[in-house]
Amino acid sequence: MLGRGARGSGWGLLLALLLALGVLPRVRGVEEPGSAHEESQGFQVVTFKWPHVRDPYIIALWILVASLAKIGFHLSHKVTSVVPESVLLIVLGLVLGGIVWAADHIASFTLTPTVFFFYLLPPIVLDAGYFMPNRLFFGNLGTILLYAVIGTVWNAATTGLSLYGVFLSGLMGDLKVGLLDFLLFGSLIAAVDPVAVLAVFEEVHVNEVLFIIVFGESLLNDAVTVVLYNVFESFVTLGGDKVTGVDCVKGIVSFFVVSLGGTLVGVLFAFLLSLVTRFTKHVRIIEPGFVFVISYLSYLTSEMLSLSAILAITFCGICCQKYVKANISEQSATTVRYTMKMLASGAETIIFMFLGISAVNPLIWKWNTAFVLLTLVFISVYRAIGVVLQTWVLNRYRMVQLEIIDQVVMSYGGLRGAVAFALVVLLDEKKVKERNLFVSTTIIVVFFTVIFQGLTIKPLVQWLKVKRSEHREPKLNEKLHGRAFDHILSAIEDISGQIGHNYLRDKWSNFDRKFLSKILMRRSAQKSRDRILNVFHELNLKDAISYVAEGERRGSLAFIRSPSTDNMVNVDFSTPRPSTVEASVSYLLRENVSAVCLDMQSLEQRRRSIRDTEDMVTHHTLQQYLYKPRQEYKHLYSRHELTPSEDEKQDKEIFHRTMRKRLESFKSAKLGINQNKKAAKLYKRERAQKRRNSSIPNGKLPTESPMDNFTIKEKDLELSEPEEAPDYGAEMGGGIEFLANITQDATATDSPSGIDNPVFSPDEDLSILSRVPPWLSPGETVVPSQRARVQIPCSPGNFRRLAPFRLSNKSVDSFLQADGPSGPDGSEEQPHKTLPESTHM
Amino acid sequence: MGAAHSASEEVRELVGKTGFSSDQIEQLHRRFKQLSGDQPTIRKENFNNVPDLELNPIRSKIVHAFFDNRNLRKGSSGLADEINFEDFLTIMSYFRPIDTTMDEEQVQLCRKEKLRFLFHMYDSDSDGRITLEEYRNVVEELLSGNPHIEKESARSIADGAMMEAASVCVGQMEPDQVYEGITFDDFLKIWQGIDIETKMHVRFLNMETIALCH
Repeated sequence: MLGRGARGSGWGLLLALLLALGVLPRVRGVEEPGSAHEESQGFQVVTFKWPHVRDPYIIALWILVASLAKIGFHLSHKVTSVVPESVLLIVLGLVLGGIVWAADHIASFTLTPTVFFFYLLPPIVLDAGYFMPNRLFFGNLGTILLYAVIGTVWNAATTGLSLYGVFLSGLMGDLKVGLLDFLLFGSLIAAVDPVAVLAVFEEVHVNEVLFIIVFGESLLNDAVTVVLYNVFESFVTLGGDKVTGVDCVKGIVSFFVVSLGGTLVGVLFAFLLSLVTRFTKHVRIIEPGFVFVISYLSYLTSEMLSLSAILAITFCGICCQKYVKANISEQSATTVRYTMKMLASGAETIIFMFLGISAVNPLIWKWNTAFVLLTLVFISVYRAIGVVLQTWVLNRYRMVQLEIIDQVVMSYGGLRGAVAFALVVLLDEKKVKERNLFVSTTIIVVFFTVIFQGLTIKPLVQWLKVKRSEHREPKLNEKLHGRAFDHILSAIEDISGQIGHNYLRDKWSNFDRKFLSKILMRRSAQKSRDRILNVFHELNLKDAISYVAEGERRGSLAFIRSPSTDNMVNVDFSTPRPSTVEASVSYLLRENVSAVCLDMQSLEQRRRSIRDTEDMVTHHTLQQYLYKPRQEYKHLYSRHELTPSEDEKQDKEIFHRTMRKRLESFKSAKLGINQNKKAAKLYKRERAQKRRNSSIPNGKLPTESPMDNFTIKEKDLELSEPEEAPDYGAEMGGGIEFLANITQDATATDSPSGIDNPVFSPDEDLSILSRVPPWLSPGETVVPSQRARVQIPCSPGNFRRLAPFRLSNKSVDSFLQADGPSGPDGSEEQPHKTLPESTHM
Repeated sequence: MGAAHSASEEVRELVGKTGFSSDQIEQLHRRFKQLSGDQPTIRKENFNNVPDLELNPIRSKIVHAFFDNRNLRKGSSGLADEINFEDFLTIMSYFRPIDTTMDEEQVQLCRKEKLRFLFHMYDSDSDGRITLEEYRNVVEELLSGNPHIEKESARSIADGAMMEAASVCVGQMEPDQVYEGITFDDFLKIWQGIDIETKMHVRFLNMETIALCH
């Protein structure tokens, strides 16, 4: 009774719901004659129409139950860290099924193959395909295919034949089955199940190669399963004696047709999907819908053509991901990501719960100890043998060898799941006499693999010390070196005249860049579409976000006074080398000056899809400098436009301004390499961006109010001279004093300007806002814009005055250098140059 | 014949030096002759004949590496004008996959060798440091394949990477300390945790590897 207590509250709720479910149909039964009676009495104000909503209502309730159950599970970390969710769901399903049975005495809710294959499976597989690590997948494609095809055939054949052998020995007693029935059973029980594998392996975190092999196998073996299943089913229908050699050949041919056809359908639909998303610029709101609808169509189409639907939707996801992600806006991408995860996770939840519920149905249970136990033994043993044999072959060709430990995990990870169950339920009792035995055995097998192996795989992995996947931050250097590497390797292959893996990849990416991307990607997306740029961008964003987050989390004196601030860091390229002069401190200074606004800028940029800046520029600039008068600040409702509504922008802008102010003070407070690094990076990022959209929407504005703030502070500075911390003695005074000053302010908690210590004045920010909301009175609307214009140029005087604060983390010399004439690349020009560029818009 | 005998002797010697199998050496020799136009040595121009190389953005760097004395183990700097087959093999052997029979130490050594090759490619002035300028050069070339990325952003990426490298390698620096460039030790640090030995390899053609796998 693991975590019973922890789930207590959840249970109560569930039970209540369940009772409602059980009781409602009866209520209806009792009520119906009555209501029919009443109907004759004329018009009714309120009617109770349960039958009218019954089906969708029950579906919705079940989904709710499953979701609530998930909440319940996660109330206790202890339980979920030991027991996989799938196991909990199955157990929950069993309990619920028992209750339903007790209330109703018919198994009214079961996992039907139609529901499973049409509604529950596609989201999971699409999710898997869409988020497939392509490189890893194709890098191991050979291995995966071998396991998926040969391995599955091997499992099916050996299991079926061995069971038949045992049956002949008479150990199973009297069963009305022939060889073909056993082979049919073997084929449906052989396939490793993607849903179960995902559910268990996602929690185990084995290394990525191992994961991709097991998972890839479970996805790709679908074609084999489908073919084997269909072939043997038709053979059973035909009758064993009428099967000819031609049929067998047909079976083999149909394997290729089904698998390749399914893949082709997937690829075609991926192409279509990519092409469609290229033109969705003006229908942003339904953009995510295309992804789902078209990939679902690929699934249905291949199902219609009796091809492998799983392969189709998998490859649809795999092939479209690159182009779709590039084409759709950032918001849509997020929507797609979350919706997909939600659907997949929801479907998975429901599948496991209904697996449990479906098991509670005495009508389907037919027990045969020998058959059940032997099936369990055979599938485990043959899986292990198959894995060992195939790995032995593979390891002669593989660079990254699969060790014994990996093989153990692979054998052990061969979970069977809902696909097998759905297939076995599909069997026709008239053709397959022992259907119920097969069904019950499948349920046992599924439960055994999911529950027992699912429970034990984590300890096993720990015990065997399987190489875990390590979550590493993407590093810019790694990406760069990785890229260089790819080129080097393909070059070496070119030079040595071989057609290898790298050669193929290189050719493919060339082809992709030259043709596919041109057709399938938006022009704006083509520009910025580069993995390195993306990583660069991601890193910058992450830095910015974590920077803010850290500030808010640690936001106290401890933060300011933390030891890390004592160790100042100076990443300084001001080497004597003439070549690097332009990267000298003045450069950093520039970066620092705009760094704060950049934080927000890139965040904002992210929100409004960096790649579609075309239409944004004008809007943004206008709205930056010209706040709307109050009367124009009205709420609009539009079904078709979500994001770019004016008020939202304005709110955002106000938010950003506040944030910026807070950041200003953070900045001066927080020292260390993080900042330097980030600042520089952000600045550069921004420059890169500016080049693209030729404006810095947020870039110039912040000088306005922070500046005022800082002038105040500077006065304070003079006063707080004696406060200077002794250990900073050698450092340049300004910034440090400022720090001390903040500290003082904060302790006094009066902080007159209200923004110097952001952490202690979150409310204050609001009050500032309410005091001077820039858009409040129409008269004032122009003022900010004018001021902004005037102040943006960043006259050298301003510049210098700001410098001490901004550079508070800099060493003396770097500051001095920074203050002096700037580098040869004309850093002073930068602020000037940017101004006309954007104001004329 | 004596010539044949000495040839096989030579091959055996090369096997010992470079670790290639004699099959592979023969294969590569054929390729070498093809590249050189049956000359005993290859010059830089010969690489122009490889059509697939045209598209490689860091082509010049790679070709350069073939003539780099450091990679050829002939000196600490400078460029060779031409390389003979043995040199060619030496370069190629940097990309040999790691033997499964190697022990931990050998693997580490192998890894270091591979990384050194890479390092030399970045460090074009052979002063043992990848300076910002050098790094920028490489990154610019690297990204030159994409016509939409301007030089400017390439530079800023290089700068960002450099700062990252500084933060990884030096950690917290003294205020007046200056990070001059990535030394080889730093380079090793950056690569820590990335299993380069499994990545940096080319399947040199031997009969086994034509197979479909991988």
